[in-house]
Amino acid sequence: MRYHQAVHEVPVLFEGCEKAPAEGGFDPTVGGALPRELLRSELNLPDLAERDVVKHFTNLSQMNFGVDNGLYPLGSCTMKYNPKICDEVVSWSSVADIHPLQDPSTIQGALRLMYELERMLCEIGGVDAVTLQPAAGAHGEYTGIHLVRAYHEAKGETRKEIVLPDTAHGTNPASAAMVGYDVLELPSKEGCVDVEALKSSVSKDTAAFMLTNPNTLGIFEKDVVEIAGIVHDAGALLYYDGANLNAIMGKTSPGKMNFDIVHFNLHKTFATPHGGGGPGAGPVGVKSALQDFLPVPTIVFDGQKYSLDSSRPKSIGKVRAFFGNFAVMVRAYAYIKMQGGEGLQAASENAVLNSNYVKEKLKGDLELPYGNLRKHEFVLSGKSLKSKGVRTLDFGKRLLDYGYHAPTVYFPIIVDEAIMIEPTETETKETLDRFIEVCKTIIAEDPELLKAAPQNTARRRLDEAKAARDMIFSWRAYEKKSAGKG
Amino acid sequence: MELSKCSLEMLREMGLRSVEELFADVPKEVRTGGLKLPEGMSELELRRDLGMMLSSNRTSSARPCFLGAGVYNHFIPAAVKAVVSRSEFVTAYTPYQPEISQGMLQSLFEYQSYMAELTAMDVVNCSMYDASTALGEAVLMANRISGGDKFLISRAVSPEKKAVAALYARGADIKIIEVAYEPATGLVDLSDLKSKLTDGVSGFYFETPNFLGPIETRCGEIREVLGNRTMVVGVNPMALALLKPPGEAGADIVIGDAQVFGTPMNLGGPMIGIFGCKSDHVRKMPGRLIGMTTDLEGRRSFCMTLQTREQHIRRSKATSNICTNEALLAVTAAAYLAVVGRSGLRQIAAKNVENMKSLASRISAIKGFKAPHFKAPHFNEFVIKSDIPATKLHDELLMRGIQGGWILEGAFPELKHGTLCATTEMHTKQDHDRLLTVLEALR
Repeated sequence: MRYHQAVHEVPVLFEGCEKAPAEGGFDPTVGGALPRELLRSELNLPDLAERDVVKHFTNLSQMNFGVDNGLYPLGSCTMKYNPKICDEVVSWSSVADIHPLQDPSTIQGALRLMYELERMLCEIGGVDAVTLQPAAGAHGEYTGIHLVRAYHEAKGETRKEIVLPDTAHGTNPASAAMVGYDVLELPSKEGCVDVEALKSSVSKDTAAFMLTNPNTLGIFEKDVVEIAGIVHDAGALLYYDGANLNAIMGKTSPGKMNFDIVHFNLHKTFATPHGGGGPGAGPVGVKSALQDFLPVPTIVFDGQKYSLDSSRPKSIGKVRAFFGNFAVMVRAYAYIKMQGGEGLQAASENAVLNSNYVKEKLKGDLELPYGNLRKHEFVLSGKSLKSKGVRTLDFGKRLLDYGYHAPTVYFPIIVDEAIMIEPTETETKETLDRFIEVCKTIIAEDPELLKAAPQNTARRRLDEAKAARDMIFSWRAYEKKSAGKG
Repeated sequence: MELSKCSLEMLREMGLRSVEELFADVPKEVRTGGLKLPEGMSELELRRDLGMMLSSNRTSSARPCFLGAGVYNHFIPAAVKAVVSRSEFVTAYTPYQPEISQGMLQSLFEYQSYMAELTAMDVVNCSMYDASTALGEAVLMANRISGGDKFLISRAVSPEKKAVAALYARGADIKIIEVAYEPATGLVDLSDLKSKLTDGVSGFYFETPNFLGPIETRCGEIREVLGNRTMVVGVNPMALALLKPPGEAGADIVIGDAQVFGTPMNLGGPMIGIFGCKSDHVRKMPGRLIGMTTDLEGRRSFCMTLQTREQHIRRSKATSNICTNEALLAVTAAAYLAVVGRSGLRQIAAKNVENMKSLASRISAIKGFKAPHFKAPHFNEFVIKSDIPATKLHDELLMRGIQGGWILEGAFPELKHGTLCATTEMHTKQDHDRLLTVLEALR
């Protein structure tokens, strides 16, 4: 069970870069097209041999851990395996070499793909219409909250507040604030929405209530129908954060739970790779009452051809240039087509099965707060480790030594020393059993080993305070700082 | 669906009979009972069906396309694709655990370094969604830096960007006011700018080259006119291989799109928003930043830093809600710039200017056409004015298998019969000839 990440000494590309080599014969004015006074005097970029560049990035990649390297139980991030065919189709010229402003008659295939993806997401989300424009989950939230604002304004109402539980993803309050709303965070009760508190919090000032279900503890909010009723009775809308959609496909849907607006994370539920932090895509679905407010253009089909409709007077406008992250949509489309309806349902079932299996095996070793049944993820508390002088952070770092990515830690904040585990449906029982065994081993290990972890990765623990203090964000800044010292 | 042997074994170990028991907490009234979607396809079926469906797209590799307007067709060396498709990069999440994610972190630091050098800015974050959302965030940041409730945007900016900026501004109750361009040069109209610098204006956004092609020649004067208001400059980073960087002109914020560095057009997404600023403003900045530090053994290392600005810590008080960005495209841009190098980049940029110059002068030589319309230096995009309506020109070209430029009249009524035309190093002389032949026949 030994793991060792590669350790290469990889200099920064700029290191040892010669200052502005002579450019014999090169005319930067391009025959006088560019006046001299507009030209730059220096550009300190390296000239490198292709062979060395490939070596550089190949060695760097070996010091990076992805789903393809092993289990990545990062809670709320749905790090499932990304089928390779989905990447391959995106490399086709018919995807890569088309321009967003081409005449619609020349991109019928692309428009059809987006149109069909919208319809499939409508079915999965239980909504009436979808926009594919948002570039990421948080961007979907931002779009959704603009829809909330437009909806109320169209009725001549100015509502000032968005309400959400304290277990909400950080993007929820941030998105609400960016659209100009005050944010009210409700303390949870027994890990779920406190229905009585919600009742007394909503008013004619409430614009919307944001919720993810199952919530970030992995618990299904069973009072969701009552919650929806309370919110709707106050004239407010119900927003579904789709980060946890992987738990419920085919079992229920945000629409069926009476949510009005939902965002989907194509890079979570629909297996498009995260790319080390993006690109993702965050389509937004709505019930028919909100359809007119969706961003433009919308894609319409008259039975023969697909076209773009930009003349929608009630639309909030545009949230991003053009259509959104098309290449990500193509991957998600391919994934949904290959899974089919039954396959998606099976994905959710297996995600929930795997999560509960790991939870059952670990709940005797670390405390599982708030009831027992979980959906696609669960949160343990690492507080029992504290007596040994060990923190959740140390536990996570020690997992790296065994070749696992760490779970999400210290979130949600209502669980002391939170450890949030989401195994996903694509891991086998063997993998899960080994992971469970390693977790148990770590809990029993000498605390010093945990505190010294990781030791088998390309780097040991980082001085993160120094990074914040030094503020070196580029090679330029590094050279400046070094020169200052010298 | 039938359960696998392993699933059955897991259920048995948990003392359960069926997976359904794990959904006992989902109330009956919200149950849907399956999805009405077609049966799943095999990989072979998918490849066949999807291939057929997408084959009706007409690509820039099959016939010349003269569109730009923010998305450009540039050459991508094979080595760039090869290193960026390493699955250790592709299948990773945001590098929350730096010890096991140094590859991504160093690559992102290198992207930041390349962008900082090209723009001459102190800090560039490790990406925004695209240039349009970068502009939206810049409007909000200008407000944080300079205060006020108004922001100025040059008229010579893409309608897509203006629309996105308008939405971001609306969220923060900021009013956007447009600043005219000079009809002859297409450059910022300084007297109009001065007249609009009233109380409550936090800053001004203009581009160089701008949406209509002209390269701004008076950045220094604009800086002076703005005083301590926030100057936000939009760039085409490829043009910065030759042009004076906005940092030298005293820009507070620089935005742009690095799609030109190694990412195909992909129908306009994903793109990658560049976002840079002066170091004084760094704590007001949106987005993720990678910083240099050391590990326990003193080895140079990289990690995400200044995260107290971000949503997962500050929640509703964060500088932005952004979480997922365009990291893989940032690695792509770094790999592209490493492969082409300083000299290669300058040569590619020069080739763009050369193609622009040659195409524009050949178009102008045809009676009934003038290009570029504006008297100013250009990079790789310019306005064609024709005697015939731009829609007619577009349709004639399309009939002959050519995708012409973008028809300006709708968004810019003052540019009647105007077409925005882009040409890059991808166009051969034959591509230009094909365009010109159609123009000749139309005169």
